[in-house]
Amino acid sequence: MSARRKIDFYALTWRLPIIVWQLVFFVGPVLFMVALSFFLVKNYRMTEAFEFVNWQRMLTRGFFWDSYWYTLFIASLSGTIAMSVAFPAAWALAFRASDTLRRWAVFLLIIPFFTSYLVRTFSWYVILAESGVLNAMLGYIGLGPFRMLNSHFGTVVGYLTLTLPLAVILQTVTMANIDKTLIEAARNLGCKPLATIWRVVLPLSKTGFIVAALFCFILAFGDFVAPFYLGGSQEPTLPILILDTTKSGQQWPRAAVVAIMMMLTLFTVAFTAIALAYRKPKGVR
Amino acid sequence: MQGRGLNIALTLYVGLVFVFIFSPIVFSLIFSFNSQRFPTIPLGGFSTEWYVKILNDPDVWQAVRNSVIVSSSTAAIATVLGFCTAYSDFRYNFRFKGPYLALILLPPTIPLIIMALAMLAWLSRLGLSGQLWSIILAHSVLTAPFAMAIIRLRLHQMDPDLEAAAWNLGGSEWQAMRHVIVPFCAPAIVSSLCLTAAVSFDEFAVAWFVSGLNKTVPIVILEIVQGNIDPQVNAIGTFVFLTSMTLVILAQLIFISRQIKSHS
Repeated sequence: MSARRKIDFYALTWRLPIIVWQLVFFVGPVLFMVALSFFLVKNYRMTEAFEFVNWQRMLTRGFFWDSYWYTLFIASLSGTIAMSVAFPAAWALAFRASDTLRRWAVFLLIIPFFTSYLVRTFSWYVILAESGVLNAMLGYIGLGPFRMLNSHFGTVVGYLTLTLPLAVILQTVTMANIDKTLIEAARNLGCKPLATIWRVVLPLSKTGFIVAALFCFILAFGDFVAPFYLGGSQEPTLPILILDTTKSGQQWPRAAVVAIMMMLTLFTVAFTAIALAYRKPKGVR
Repeated sequence: MQGRGLNIALTLYVGLVFVFIFSPIVFSLIFSFNSQRFPTIPLGGFSTEWYVKILNDPDVWQAVRNSVIVSSSTAAIATVLGFCTAYSDFRYNFRFKGPYLALILLPPTIPLIIMALAMLAWLSRLGLSGQLWSIILAHSVLTAPFAMAIIRLRLHQMDPDLEAAAWNLGGSEWQAMRHVIVPFCAPAIVSSLCLTAAVSFDEFAVAWFVSGLNKTVPIVILEIVQGNIDPQVNAIGTFVFLTSMTLVILAQLIFISRQIKSHS
């Protein structure tokens, strides 16, 4: 390499914009949020400082940890439910449906992503309410009314609105890409249908499934709408904690502590999941 | 497997999953034309009351204007950024390419509520918060990855020799860009404009945090929902749904029809 390299303006024109833009408007905000968690609030004014007061305040409080474990629990639960509910449907779409039908199904499942999540949540509110659509329907067959809002049930329904379409899409695409001859081989060798799913289909789609579950978890973990409007927020999740602390209390530094704890958790979960997804099964060379 | 019975059961099951996914969308549509104040079944009479109400609400109109400005500017910025990055990735290999790509692809994996807080704190530190363009800045970061993905996919279909051929014929790099690359990417660029606009049009968490008093349509929805049960939301929702779907279908049609053409 020559010591004096000519600067390639053409290349830089295309390479630089995103670097500058993301440094200023993405890396900047995230790093500033970390710094923010060490700032002080005095008389409702923020002063730049380097104190551990906010960290100490948040991490020694019971309400923070209650909220932390609850969020972790409910997000994992809804992720598990989304993956389990999606599986039979995705299996049918991947192995029983025609190519055309499958393409249409996936196209339809993309629609919810471009439909206002707020409007869908509001719609659930009306459907699940004490005198709402579902209870009215159940009333005709002599059941209910059930209390479905302001409960874990409401929160999970809200999360599923967000994650179920994604789980079905990712699972379907993953399983549709499996080499069909492998499944036929298993069947020819006398493998029972359920055992085929367990010993052939699932191991082959491990990576796709873990990624799908990870996305479901991330979406539920970071959502404030479902637990707020459908769950009634009696047990605030971390996103609600951020919302309350930022919007009402002017306590941005403490909200930053919560946000950083959330990011650390997400990183840990994501790295573990990806390590699992790409780990070679034992005994395979 | 016991063919018939299982197939029927599976079809029913898939149907149920779709009912769960689409019932909020369908009910919102139905209730937007329903006269009851608290919508339930049996349905009340047919009514366009809620549409009349939002059409006569100056706040809603202002929000629509704001949303149009925000989503179209966001789409333009995100698509330019996405194009530059996709082209760099397509044409060049360079050191730190991994971190370079991570820089553009990471934002969507971070929960919006965290981005909202970080953006609010940072933009107000720079004195840039509380404006309409604060939302544009934030949304461009969130949507640029989608633009990059769409345009990169299109470039993937291009024969790299095409650009070299243009140089051999005496064109400069800039001319090759103008007469070869950009025309080839045109359908992807239009799709990207539509999709990023649709994403920005629906986003509420970050917009709500950084916008100050400038409301976009989703923020108006959020504020109505916070108050009481108000079927106006369904009417606005139907309008938002039609806007987003038009954009998405437009993007699909342009992108897919061109792909078919380029393959034949």
